[in-house]
Amino acid sequence: MTAIAPTPVETTAGSDEIAPAGRRRTGSRWWLHVVLTLGLIAMLTPFAWMILGSFKTDAEIRRHPTEFLPREPTLDNFTTLFGRLDFTTFFINSIVVAVFVTVGNIVFCSMVGYALAKLQFRGKKLLFALVLGTLMVPGVVTFVPLFVLTANLGLVNSYPGLILPFLITPLGVFLMRQFMLGLPDELIEAARIDGASEWRIFLRVIMPLCGPAIATLTILTFLASWNNFLWPLVVATTEDMYTLPVALALYSVGQNAARYGLMMAGAVVVVVPVLIVFVVLQRHFVQGIALTGIK
Amino acid sequence: MTITAWLFALPFVVLFLVFMAGPIVGSLLMSFTDMTTRDLQTPFQVNIVGIDNYVRLFQDPRFLRSLLNTFTFVIVAVPLTMVLALAVALALDKGIRRFRTVYRVGFYTPVVTSIVAIAIVWRFILQPDGLLNGFLGLFGIQGPDWLQSTTWALPSLIAMAVWRNIGTLMVIFLAALQGVPREHHEAAMVDGANAWQRFWNITLPAMRPALLFAAVITGIGFLQFFEEPFVMTRGGPLDSTLSAAMYTFQQFGFGNYAYASAASYVLFLAIVVLALIQFRLLGRKED
Repeated sequence: MTAIAPTPVETTAGSDEIAPAGRRRTGSRWWLHVVLTLGLIAMLTPFAWMILGSFKTDAEIRRHPTEFLPREPTLDNFTTLFGRLDFTTFFINSIVVAVFVTVGNIVFCSMVGYALAKLQFRGKKLLFALVLGTLMVPGVVTFVPLFVLTANLGLVNSYPGLILPFLITPLGVFLMRQFMLGLPDELIEAARIDGASEWRIFLRVIMPLCGPAIATLTILTFLASWNNFLWPLVVATTEDMYTLPVALALYSVGQNAARYGLMMAGAVVVVVPVLIVFVVLQRHFVQGIALTGIK
Repeated sequence: MTITAWLFALPFVVLFLVFMAGPIVGSLLMSFTDMTTRDLQTPFQVNIVGIDNYVRLFQDPRFLRSLLNTFTFVIVAVPLTMVLALAVALALDKGIRRFRTVYRVGFYTPVVTSIVAIAIVWRFILQPDGLLNGFLGLFGIQGPDWLQSTTWALPSLIAMAVWRNIGTLMVIFLAALQGVPREHHEAAMVDGANAWQRFWNITLPAMRPALLFAAVITGIGFLQFFEEPFVMTRGGPLDSTLSAAMYTFQQFGFGNYAYASAASYVLFLAIVVLALIQFRLLGRKED
């Protein structure tokens, strides 16, 4: 694949502070606020509709003329999701997979990132070329042989089957390498002179300094895993192994297709935890993009 | 040193070879066989059929339709997303000072959420009796049944994809805009260039790498669009929203593994070609 190497965005985005100020008069730009606010409404209305809809009955969602606020808010949709349907299991599956995938990425991507950033060795260029070359290989290209492999390893419909293919991501390696390149070599040399082994340097000197990169990697990986769809759809063959998006998608095209409120509640269960994390940690998201140039 | 370094890289290398490089090569090899679900336990005892799968693909009107839909999707959605994201980024960078974080978080929100969940919400919004037609009704417009119309289904999915991806490009463009040297703008202003001339002659050229990057990642993402038709239209009506990725998945579902691999490789090649074209087009004026 084409290497999408040098990131065009090295600056830290999201720095409201450096914005050109002073010579502009905000007052004359009121129309920009109007346009941006209309855009914002277009962006956020579906979310508002989803959250409000999850507390409505189907009849109320379809009512004409459309009303936004639920007249008689009900928790029935959620009790059905977690009672009659097995959303507790799907939720746990999603969490388990995302946690293992995230931990795997933190450990393995940091290790290889360190080698690529700070060690000199034969084959380094080849290794980095492989990372870059597969940065954008789409899942749709690999899922068929991956399924054959997983089937022959006896891992279809199991946690390892859901987790193993995602324990490393080229993007994660790229991110950790980029960050570690910025750490001063003197620290490492000083530790080497003190007789520390490379492993010790990695664990005691480098990793403690990688906090911001690890935070970004954690968020991005957890999120990607939480929202992942194609592979879990392929490899989870019975309901007890479904992750949330798989369950939601299959229910939404199955016999519950017309149950508006129920499906909205399902969407809320998938989306709202992410929204909360996003709003709280939004700076890290933006840093992640700035660091790698990729969402 | 070399040994230590490779030990650091070992877990990555093993996982990479088994779960990434292997399947990429495997997919290509499989596409020249007649492997189906029956060969699952004996993947090495399949027959070599040469390029038969590829020949069949390009004789299948459904596959050709899926390619057409996919290219339409990319050709319309990529520029649309880029223009809107650039407009938002410019407004946020230059025009306003207050509420910037609110706008940025708001526009970025769809990016972080599950496409499946969002597609379900949009499906209900686009129902004949849904929110959108209710809104249009306020102006006396009778909206169509968006997702059941061969005319409107694909544009509806495109609109949703644009809506969903503006945030990613907005952040990339915002970062790039901050890298445009302020002195250039000031010099041009002294020379009497108006805002529009400065945008064309200074801002845009300076953003070339970011634009290229944005076009490539959005194009690659859109070429694989899958969740939207899966949840919203099942590829219908009359295959009008069937994407290449969806076609691949359907063939896999039928157990036609080799045939699905061939379809996925066509898509893969399309992705590589698209990336090369975009590098050529946008990377041209490097002088």
